[in-house]
Amino acid sequence: MCPRERILSAAALLPLVAAADDSAEFVAPGIEEFFPDMIFGQPDGWFAFDRLMLVRLVVVVVLLLLLWLGARRITLVPGRGQAVIELLVDFVRVQIAETIMGKEKAKPFLPMLTTIFVTILAMNLASVIPGLNIGGTARIGLPLLMALWVFLTYLAAGARTQGLGKYLRNELFPPGIPWPMYLIITPIEIAQVFVIRPATLALRLTVAMVAGHLMLVLAFAATHFLIFEASAAMAAFAPVTLLGGFFITVLEIFISALQAFIFTILSAVYLNFAVEEAH
Amino acid sequence: MQFTQSQGLLQAETQPNLFLPPGYDIFWSAVVLVVIGVFFYKFLLPRINGVLDERAAKIEGGLALAEQAQEDAEAARAERQEALAEARREAAHIREDANAQAAQIVAEAREQAKAEATRLVETANRQIEAERRAAVVSLRGEIGGLATELASRIVGEALADDARQSRVIDRFLDELDASTGAEDLAGSTRSANQEA
Repeated sequence: MCPRERILSAAALLPLVAAADDSAEFVAPGIEEFFPDMIFGQPDGWFAFDRLMLVRLVVVVVLLLLLWLGARRITLVPGRGQAVIELLVDFVRVQIAETIMGKEKAKPFLPMLTTIFVTILAMNLASVIPGLNIGGTARIGLPLLMALWVFLTYLAAGARTQGLGKYLRNELFPPGIPWPMYLIITPIEIAQVFVIRPATLALRLTVAMVAGHLMLVLAFAATHFLIFEASAAMAAFAPVTLLGGFFITVLEIFISALQAFIFTILSAVYLNFAVEEAH
Repeated sequence: MQFTQSQGLLQAETQPNLFLPPGYDIFWSAVVLVVIGVFFYKFLLPRINGVLDERAAKIEGGLALAEQAQEDAEAARAERQEALAEARREAAHIREDANAQAAQIVAEAREQAKAEATRLVETANRQIEAERRAAVVSLRGEIGGLATELASRIVGEALADDARQSRVIDRFLDELDASTGAEDLAGSTRSANQEA
């Protein structure tokens, strides 16, 4: 746990650093990136507030302000802002919900899917916005809550359209399989419906944002280190890490949209299992 | 070796866990989600969907209207053509009627004229016949008188010779001519004379 060991662990990620001279030590970013110091409140309390929570609230305010500005004077012939919002809403409806569930069945779930998609997208994009620099979804809380929302919604939808018993029977004892197979399949399906689906929704998103943020911080921290702290000779390598930072930033933007899309489309798929007739 | 060192690093200091959310993470996440959710459910989505639906309805309405207009135009065109054809048929019919009527009128007129002519000829013939009869009757009476007078003259005068006889006859005839002035009567007088 001494600084020397930290350098070694960083060296595995960034071989260049191993060659750094003794005048400075490169401290690779780690898990503590995601647990910044508290702004107020006890670290174990329910209302504790750290920088990541602040980022979330800033994103909420900015997002709602932009959407409100765009949708405040809504007209039949859309202005630019309204057109962008319509594009977003229509994308979720047509490309995600209606593609997976069909026009009629998708309808009751459109508000939830749209809310989730836009929330994830906005929170994810915070990871590349200077000043915020971390995704609001890089902590498990928000993805987990959204996954729970989806989980409860698909249970409720299944119970409403098929009856809870019939829905669970269809899910846990898939018809058309010789009964001994249920010994294997049913435990898997139970885990699937009650644990794996919501857990993977939350974890996939969180891990993607954690990894993206780590790569970004690594690239920029290394650049900073090479230019300002390492020996003059090492500064020549700075453009390489900076270029890496550019690349990762673009990748992160793509990942932000992709993760929002994946989360929403999988939610639609799970909902579809619940509302479709016996399958 | 490196792995265990990293593990040790992760658990160093505050021992945070990425996948077990502390209470405040859940709390602030809930705040965020509820705020965004309320905004979307109550404000944004109703407005956006409202305008999207309205636009879709308007476009569909416009399309239906255009279709309706096209149908109307088509119907009007068909109606116009039908009316035109009807008018043409009627005109042809009227022409035919007129022709037939004209032919009939001409035929009737011809018939009437013919009948009139026949009637006129007949009347004339009857009149001529009547006049002829009247003439014959009056002639017969006159000729009777004349014959009687002639006979009395012949008897009264001594008819010595043929020359005298013929003179008498000639004179008689001249008188006759002078009294009537009609040659045909002279002829008939002559034949009547011969009979006598």
